[in-house]
Amino acid sequence: MPDDFEPRIVAFFCNWCTYLAADLAGTSRIKYLPNAEVVRVMCSGRVDVQFVLKAFAKGADGVLIGGCHPGDCHYQEGNYKALRRYRLLRRLLRQMGIEDERLRLEWISAAEGDRVRVVIDEMVATLKRLGPLRKAEEERAHLTEVA
Amino acid sequence: MPNPYGYFPGCSLKGTGVAYEESLLALFQLLDLPLAELDDWNCCGATSYMCIDECSAFSLAARNLALAHKAGHRELLAPCSACYLVLRKTQDYAERYPGIAAHNGHLAICRAIRVRHPLEVLYTDLGPERIRKKLVRHWRGGRVACYYGCQMVRPYAEADRDCDPVRMDELLGAVGVPTVDYSLKTKCCGGSLTGTTHSVGLQLTEILLNEAARKGAQAIATVCPLCQYNLDAYQSEMRRASGKRPDMPILYFTQILGWALGGDLASLGFRRAISGRKTIEQWFTKDRVEKEAYVR
Amino acid sequence: MSDRNGAVRIGVYTCHCGANIAATVDVKALAEFAALLPNVVLSRDYKYMCSSPGQDLIRQDIRDHQLNRIVVASCSPHLHEHTFRTALKVGGLNPFYFHMVNIREQASWVHENKAQATRKAKDLVCAAVRRVAFHQPLERGRVAIHPDVLVVGGGIAGIHAALTLANAGKHVFLVEREATIGGHMAKFDKTFPTLDCAACILTPKMSAVRSHPNITLWTYSEVTKVDGYVGNYKVTVLRHPRYVDEDLCSGCLECLEACVCKQAKVPDDFNLGLSKRKPIYIPFPQAVPQVPVVDPETCIQFKSGKCKTTCIAACGDRHAINLRAEAKVEQIEVGTAILATGFQTFDARRTPYYGFGKYPNVYTALEVERLVNASGPTAGEVVLRDGRLPRTVGIVHCVGSRDENTHRWCSRVCCMYSLKLAHLIKERTGAEVFNFYIDMRTPGKGFEEFYQKLLNERVHFIRGRVAEVTDWVFDASEEGKLVIRVEDTLAGFVRRIPVDMVVLATGLEPRADAPEVRRLFNISCASEGFFLERHPKLAPVNTFTDGIFLAGCCQAPKDIPDTVAQAGAAAAEALALIDAGYVETEPNTAHVMEEQCCGCKTCISMCPYHAVSFIEDIHKSRVNEVLCKGCGTCVAACPSGAIRQNLFEDDEIFAEIEGVLSNA
Repeated sequence: MPDDFEPRIVAFFCNWCTYLAADLAGTSRIKYLPNAEVVRVMCSGRVDVQFVLKAFAKGADGVLIGGCHPGDCHYQEGNYKALRRYRLLRRLLRQMGIEDERLRLEWISAAEGDRVRVVIDEMVATLKRLGPLRKAEEERAHLTEVA
Repeated sequence: MPNPYGYFPGCSLKGTGVAYEESLLALFQLLDLPLAELDDWNCCGATSYMCIDECSAFSLAARNLALAHKAGHRELLAPCSACYLVLRKTQDYAERYPGIAAHNGHLAICRAIRVRHPLEVLYTDLGPERIRKKLVRHWRGGRVACYYGCQMVRPYAEADRDCDPVRMDELLGAVGVPTVDYSLKTKCCGGSLTGTTHSVGLQLTEILLNEAARKGAQAIATVCPLCQYNLDAYQSEMRRASGKRPDMPILYFTQILGWALGGDLASLGFRRAISGRKTIEQWFTKDRVEKEAYVR
Repeated sequence: MSDRNGAVRIGVYTCHCGANIAATVDVKALAEFAALLPNVVLSRDYKYMCSSPGQDLIRQDIRDHQLNRIVVASCSPHLHEHTFRTALKVGGLNPFYFHMVNIREQASWVHENKAQATRKAKDLVCAAVRRVAFHQPLERGRVAIHPDVLVVGGGIAGIHAALTLANAGKHVFLVEREATIGGHMAKFDKTFPTLDCAACILTPKMSAVRSHPNITLWTYSEVTKVDGYVGNYKVTVLRHPRYVDEDLCSGCLECLEACVCKQAKVPDDFNLGLSKRKPIYIPFPQAVPQVPVVDPETCIQFKSGKCKTTCIAACGDRHAINLRAEAKVEQIEVGTAILATGFQTFDARRTPYYGFGKYPNVYTALEVERLVNASGPTAGEVVLRDGRLPRTVGIVHCVGSRDENTHRWCSRVCCMYSLKLAHLIKERTGAEVFNFYIDMRTPGKGFEEFYQKLLNERVHFIRGRVAEVTDWVFDASEEGKLVIRVEDTLAGFVRRIPVDMVVLATGLEPRADAPEVRRLFNISCASEGFFLERHPKLAPVNTFTDGIFLAGCCQAPKDIPDTVAQAGAAAAEALALIDAGYVETEPNTAHVMEEQCCGCKTCISMCPYHAVSFIEDIHKSRVNEVLCKGCGTCVAACPSGAIRQNLFEDDEIFAEIEGVLSNA
């Protein structure tokens, strides 16, 4: 793969924990790689399977979902639902030939600013190793239909 | 017959610390814990080599871990506290600083082996209760100060707690040995200083002996051959220098346990002692005492 | 809303935020880029969008250019989303036609490469522009606020907050777990730096709480459940039985005298085990309420049923003692709650090298507070456990604070209370006192002067973190003493200081049950375990849950003046909400498109707030928008896509995803 490959990550961050953690990383001036772009949702439970598929279809090399730690969800249980959905989604993606490491679910609490850096930097390194998610045009079209 | 523990004696146990090896082997045999001495093991380098050339020191130590792995051992017992610390440290550094492993292939497989101290093995794998059940000889001796030394508990507080270790006290207590509250149980004995800066080393060991006596101990139990040697070998000098006469027996905990569990007297290394020989005779090897002491 | 021709007209504003954004993100290029995006009619950059002129720009442009959507690229929406939404409202546009792009906390402050940061900012702006086109006009609902307030915790923080609110005419439920209010402050003898008597300043407030008509005081009680939503909380309080009726008891305490256990044998918790109490007891003489408690674990009547119950006889015809009393469960409705649950002291057994629990003459600072207290176990005498007066005393600072092995934070009050104890000990015993410190932290009003006073009193100060407290004696002069070994970093050598008594200045830590309490109220804990405030500088008493406020050490270690100030601030915040009369709800709730609902009931079990119910006669689900908190879980779960969420519609999020990847 080309040396200048920069993976694109779409990150769905929950408003109360992970988004605040990313803000904390900002106020603490913690530096991390710029490959992830955040779409804010109120809860990780809002992350629809279609969002992830749309992201991959439109050119994302990786998708990151960030929620509160189990037991700490601002809405009680939304993160558990996200976890269940994520597990099934993984199986679906595998069947499409999308590697496990491209979809990542992380629990990051509002106080864990540095963890945002760790997760994003790690994911970028992994995706660089895996390479871009190049799909044949027809597969890409198929994904778009599904999404 | 359970899998044998890999056994790394280290140089001391074949030299000045031979009583440790003798009593360790006797004790483990009494407890049906098989030990398999590592074939072609080499010196671990101890604390000295680490100060001179860290990378080479790691390689030296790591070779032993590689040998253990090759022999199929998952656990390696290192009775000498310095060997224990060096091997454990090598493992830790190989994991945390991958750059070291890059120097030497041996280091890459360090993590597969678990380095353990016999004190911890006896406490965790057997436990004081099971040892108590195997008691043969009642304790007829005096009070003992359990001295852990510094390398076994710092910086890895895995063999026992770093600040206030108690496992040796508990094991000895299980066979009826009264121990004293010894505040200096992890204070350094001076290590190699008795050889290099003798007066300083002597002072450190004297502090340990005096405090043990002040707390009412008549003997000290150790886990490390260098501690044992430092405490044992120079008491006559102390006698001359400060007018005090310690003459306190410095025993290995394995000797005490081995005796209590009915081990053959000749196999426990009592004849190797330098100081406190009279006390040792009284407590352990005198015939009269032997006859009275049997439980069964 | 769109203009007369149905078109979307977007205005994009890029903020420089001084150099905060502009130094890393090329704001000019960003604004130029935005101008070319679809539906963007106008694109500006400006130094400080959140300022008045910045907001005026928006309002002016809405009017002059008939804008019907606004995007601002600046800081975190958590900071200024509200500000800009208000600007839209003032400019005559529905506030929800707005979307904010975070190019500061999540771009300029975290990326070093300017080109990459700018590229990322462009992607995010593109996403926002695409998203905002789908925004609909939304209205905030209004929910009436119940005027009653719950204060959890009856220490000085809870007491002050409760009194402030009660004086303002609001009804307050003050729930305290212990049998008396007063908290930790009730254990102190004197307070720094004025050496005011703690009881003298606290007990009047405690009495005021007791007699205030607007305060319902429930001691020996705890909150077990919180239901409802901001402005309308339904709280369940469990009231443990004291076995003495508060309304009938006159506080004469004759039952204590009369108890068949003539000798006190139970360790007294209030005195930290330094003295004993009887099975029937009062925590301390000035306890509020002045009503005894019977301890069922140690009372003979409870254990064997065969007691003469002389206590009941002594009570006579008041009949206040009822050993068959049962726990009561109360349900109350409040609009707001203030958490003032306080702290616990660091357990000194976690630093065994200081000898606490091993050597009898090693004390914690709180134990010494009880010793110096006139109503404590030794009637104010500072004596060792064997009755001797100490001749030398060592006070060890930073036990369990500023320590990687235990707690990293500074507990803020220990230097001052250590000085206070040094003074009191010296005054009472004439002993030689040593303080072993790392830094002397005396920042408050009168604090540095207090330190100078101690220096003038010839208290010794040794700068060094104590390594250990040992009974190992080096020579005869140390016999019978405890030796403090420390490196005197100013003198440059290791010292041994033999002392008779060691006092450990233990730090403050969050209460062990803080995680349970915070879940009850749906707030968060920070990484150290203290409750999380909304903003450490600008909103230290608010939480991320509207209507729940914090006061005192449960938020972070602090001294009494700061605690009282914070309690007043929390009360003021609660009052502001209550006096407004209503709270506006967020409009990002879910709703079911009934024609698309097939009645599969998947959504019903998804909602932890029971906001989604099934209407049998039409065989469809329906969302109660008042109960809905807007998480969106049911929205994602619905297989038919029949449930939609305001402000987080599928279309809106798809647009964002496409925008973010538009240059992929």
